[in-house]
Amino acid sequence: MSAQKNRVATGGRIDRSKPVRFSFDGKTYYGYQGDNLASALLANGVTLVGRSFKYHRPRGIVTAGPEEPNALVEIGTGAYREPNTRAPQVELYDGLVTQSQNRWPSLDFDIGAVNSVMSRFIPSGFYYKTFKWPKDGWLFYEKFIRRAAGLGTGSTETDPDRYDKVYGHCDVMVVGGGPAGLAAALAAGRAGARVVLADEQSELGGSLLSERDRTIDGKPVNEWVEAAKAELAGMPEVRVLTRTTAFAYLDANMLSLVERLTDHIGPTATGPRQRLWRIRAKEVILATGAIERPLVYSDNDRPGCMLASAARIYVNRYGTTPGQRVVIMTNNDTAYQTALDLTAAGVSVAAVVDLRANPTGGLPQAARAKGIEIIDNSAITQVKGNKQVREVEVQSLTSDATGVVGSARHIYCDTVLSSGGWQPTVHLHSQTRAKVVWDDGIQAFIPGPIMPGQNNRSISSARGVFGLDAALKEGHQAGAEAAAKFGFSNVTGNAPSAEAEPESQPLRSVWIVPSNVPVGQGGKHFVDYQNDVTAGDVKLAHREGYLSVEHLKRYTTMGMATDQGKTSNVNALAIMAGLKNVSIPEVGTTTFRPPYTPVTFGVFAGPDKGDYLDPIRKTALHSWHTDHGAPFECVGQWHRAWYYPKSGESMHDAVNREVKATRDSVGIFDASTLGKIDIQGPDAAWFLNMVYTNAWTKLEPGKCRYGFMCGEDGMVFDDGVTSRISENHFHMTTTTGGAPRVLSWLEEWHQCEWPDKQVYFTSVTEQWAVIALNGPNARKVLEKVVEGIDISEEAFPFMTWRDCKVAGVKTRIFRISFTGALSFELNIPPSYALQVWRALMDAGEEFNITPYGTEAMHVLRAEKGFVIVGQETDGTMTPQDLGFEWIIGKAKPDFIGRRSHLRSDTKRTDRKHLVGLLTENPTEVLPEGAQVVEHVKDKPPMTMIGHVTSSYWSPNAGRSIAMAVIKDGRNRMGQTVYLPYEGKVVAAKISKPTFLEDGAPANG
Amino acid sequence: MANAYARRSALQHFGLTAAAAKGDVAGADLLIGEAAHRTIVNIRGDGGDAFKAAVRSVTGAELPVTPNTTAAAGDFRILWLGPTEWWVVSANVDSAKLADDLRQAFNGQHAAVIDVSESRTVINVSGPSARDVLARGCSLDLHPRVFGPGQCAQTGLTKANILLDQVSDNPSYDIYILKSFADYLWQWFWLVGRDFKFAIRAH
Amino acid sequence: MLLISCPYCGPRDEHEFAYGHEAHIARPTLEQQQTMSDAEWADYLFMRKNPKGVHFERWVHSRGCRQWFNVARHTVTHEIVKVYKMGEPAPKLEQK
Repeated sequence: MSAQKNRVATGGRIDRSKPVRFSFDGKTYYGYQGDNLASALLANGVTLVGRSFKYHRPRGIVTAGPEEPNALVEIGTGAYREPNTRAPQVELYDGLVTQSQNRWPSLDFDIGAVNSVMSRFIPSGFYYKTFKWPKDGWLFYEKFIRRAAGLGTGSTETDPDRYDKVYGHCDVMVVGGGPAGLAAALAAGRAGARVVLADEQSELGGSLLSERDRTIDGKPVNEWVEAAKAELAGMPEVRVLTRTTAFAYLDANMLSLVERLTDHIGPTATGPRQRLWRIRAKEVILATGAIERPLVYSDNDRPGCMLASAARIYVNRYGTTPGQRVVIMTNNDTAYQTALDLTAAGVSVAAVVDLRANPTGGLPQAARAKGIEIIDNSAITQVKGNKQVREVEVQSLTSDATGVVGSARHIYCDTVLSSGGWQPTVHLHSQTRAKVVWDDGIQAFIPGPIMPGQNNRSISSARGVFGLDAALKEGHQAGAEAAAKFGFSNVTGNAPSAEAEPESQPLRSVWIVPSNVPVGQGGKHFVDYQNDVTAGDVKLAHREGYLSVEHLKRYTTMGMATDQGKTSNVNALAIMAGLKNVSIPEVGTTTFRPPYTPVTFGVFAGPDKGDYLDPIRKTALHSWHTDHGAPFECVGQWHRAWYYPKSGESMHDAVNREVKATRDSVGIFDASTLGKIDIQGPDAAWFLNMVYTNAWTKLEPGKCRYGFMCGEDGMVFDDGVTSRISENHFHMTTTTGGAPRVLSWLEEWHQCEWPDKQVYFTSVTEQWAVIALNGPNARKVLEKVVEGIDISEEAFPFMTWRDCKVAGVKTRIFRISFTGALSFELNIPPSYALQVWRALMDAGEEFNITPYGTEAMHVLRAEKGFVIVGQETDGTMTPQDLGFEWIIGKAKPDFIGRRSHLRSDTKRTDRKHLVGLLTENPTEVLPEGAQVVEHVKDKPPMTMIGHVTSSYWSPNAGRSIAMAVIKDGRNRMGQTVYLPYEGKVVAAKISKPTFLEDGAPANG
Repeated sequence: MANAYARRSALQHFGLTAAAAKGDVAGADLLIGEAAHRTIVNIRGDGGDAFKAAVRSVTGAELPVTPNTTAAAGDFRILWLGPTEWWVVSANVDSAKLADDLRQAFNGQHAAVIDVSESRTVINVSGPSARDVLARGCSLDLHPRVFGPGQCAQTGLTKANILLDQVSDNPSYDIYILKSFADYLWQWFWLVGRDFKFAIRAH
Repeated sequence: MLLISCPYCGPRDEHEFAYGHEAHIARPTLEQQQTMSDAEWADYLFMRKNPKGVHFERWVHSRGCRQWFNVARHTVTHEIVKVYKMGEPAPKLEQK
């Protein structure tokens, strides 16, 4: 086991008895149980972890949390490979394989680093500009840019993991398991409220996990956290979710969270990898803490430059130091705690460089007492070292802190920590579309008023109130108040308390730490590490007029990608404010949008993939179709038998056989998916008169009628046959796809426009399986199995219905036809459908009864010119356009769509009409959608006068047949038109849209 | 004429009876099964006194007029579906007879009786993990403080529409599902049930 | 995801509902239809409000009780100001 040179002697929450092996860029290292990838790399002295996005500059770990901009790594191999994970958020497990990104051929020697030398030729806005000029600039540059400026690459294999999805509900949702969140959850939980407490880390405690010697209620913080955990675990109405990130705050207090179930175990784990929670809370307590801002100083991106708070987390929680000799630069007191803790851990702190003059707060005093040198009113003006910090130069600040004076002091060090103050984590608050407001006292954005319709409160450092005791008190109060709102007012126990914070002095904002040359002219002051945006770039944006925050973001790409500007937004805004000489809020604020941190796509899908992506609806006869080799056609969610190939048959062969057999003898078809609506009430006929274009009042019980439904715009939107069961009772059929839409349409008109009409609509689509027998021998087949009625033409004529028994099963038969052939549509209870189907197959054997699928059904109906709504129509066709002038009830005063049929445009006689097309070459089957032109030119554009809506080979007609909608089509009968497609031109003659004049008639 | 006709349930092809015999019902925290061939008669009306009286005369139960509640008496259970719509369900009364009885009882009223028994099957889900499993696909809050026996709801379960009826507080739920979605929903339970100890129970 | 309080079933997730269109657009009577110009008819058919603020909308509890009802919803904040049954008048709202 190689030595972990930066591991401090004692301390931390790691288990030093459990070494964990992992690899980074092919080299094996060891960390300990409890490490994350960042802490383990630091412990091993690996400071160079990535190359920057644009300039390919060497980069190291900057933070200890989700805000990490640099240490993005690919983890896992093969199908498990996942790019752009943040090293501080990757828990170490045995066998973890990780790789750096954005470098070629290796991290140590990266050719792309030439970008760094060439950086003045790819300034900020470079990409932006290539889009704009020259005209084809982006096309030229794209391939180079894409290759050089990628983040990691995802696996192209199918994701081998599975994911879970679950809904949750609670009275009080607490986001953040630090001291404030714990106190809130305890208070609400003790009162008896339903509580969910979520924290993104592997264990509860938040900032308490990296405290060294604080106490709560007189106990060391770790003991208090353990007791709190145990108490929460004992509350049946409290759910604690660790390793769970609340990444989206949606409408009405719904939060989306991702729970990482096995990411800390790796691919050997069983069960779902991650779980998506969608939790609807009555109140949300945001105890999300604050994120430290780095200072913007010259070459602040050298590996070894880190946030002061991050170093404190690494040394206290993970027992590792980022380096052996540390210099700290700060504008506030909190960094002194890092200096003290590092010193206590035996790490050499060379100096604290304070941008303020004469700091006298409690922590600076304590640091002085420990012998830590404080260089006040000074700044780090240069960081030397390429792949590792080697030395810094420190100079005194001018009085306005825009420049430096005096000679430079050189301090050798391998680590530079900085603290530029704290920005409350307002992301979730902001995601509700609530505003954030600028607080001059802490020089940061804090949550503004909450949005109406939302019920949340930000507490403690998430609202810019810092300090442990305050966190505990605010948490307790928030938890108790929220619980009380929902009837749980009996909170037991007092708020926990902690000793007072040391006295502190305000921070001093120095948004650009000056160096001895002007910004942008030597050295780079990085604002956004991840997007390689420097203070110089912000200046360039300002010079070029991109002044608003939204323009600044897009121009520089600042704040984009995986970290979403968590460490950079405020610094960039402040620099722009300085350039414009306005206050920071005048420049604008950033609106945070979900997700807070990147979320893998797999967890959104959850188990809903493959066959579960969308429900597959099956008819009662599905298994018969499967057993007989039918492939299925998707019609909405329905799977309908498409055709039934016999051994060796192509689809074309099978369809031809089915079509011919049906026309010549008898075919059997599963029409169960047809929409069916039961309509009852004294006003049922009146209602049908309103929704159909034709008249219904005089239809006698026992009879059926075909109708078109139009929208109020006069355009056809559904069709079907409706039958009168009794005076006040009708059975409506709709298209398969239109069934829910039609029912909703009927209900809407009834409930909203004509609520006084006495009628009820109920879907009965699935109460009946439908078997259609079609063809000249249909009656002969049915005669063998029908009981109770005479099915002769005289006794049971076309467009009537009868109740009877078929093969012993109660059946309702409709004499309606969608093939133009003699037809009986049998409506059967689905639980008996298979039996009836089999009985009909047996009875039909002597007539070569042939099951046919949807494809043959399409050909059969097209041979007779029957339209399919949605195929011949597209929302712009009136019944008149389709040639159904006769179906418009002239005597009816009103129906939906009638007034629109009187508009000057719908009355035109040269609208697009439904016609037939007969190709000159009868074997040429036109593609559906082909455009029709009157005059062919050498190349497009040509004037298009219509398009093909349906086109098939008709074995019964012995030629191709097609339907088309063509401008003024009915007045062009016999005219030859042309269809240019696929490099040829096909000539066709316009005909009536019926192709089998002498076929067996429907009422034969 | 073909031979005897067996009535097939929507989920019969999964071999539920055999699977139930093999399952570890005692050790399971999730039990699922098909309660097939439930009689379901949809009744429509204004819910007024005459309508209530007619329903009472046939079922012996008081029509539940509070949204999303149920009533039960003898062989019958009545489920609220909407302000003018209820289901009368029964495990052992013939649907045609029930529909005829109701039609006669409503004689003279503007009411409608529609037998929809054949359109749906019932998947029963019970056991200590039933709530957790339903939460995988149902956005309703089924916590016992919020939802319990006597309540029903039409809602979504994964990508299917269902009617959920809590029949006991152990808890046990009847899920009414259109037969065309039955395969999908049944297999979905298998999919999400992987992370639970589940067994098939015969009904 | 919105939380919409169905006037019958109470609060349910948005995915149980379907949006119809703007509320309170009455269908012209037969007499009106007979005297309306094509342009006026087109107004009824197609012209809809698109306010930045409270919008009166017609929704249906499609996965629940199948009832249509009205929703007054703020198009910016998504706040549902009021839910009311079909046939009830639009609420008068204070200017926000």
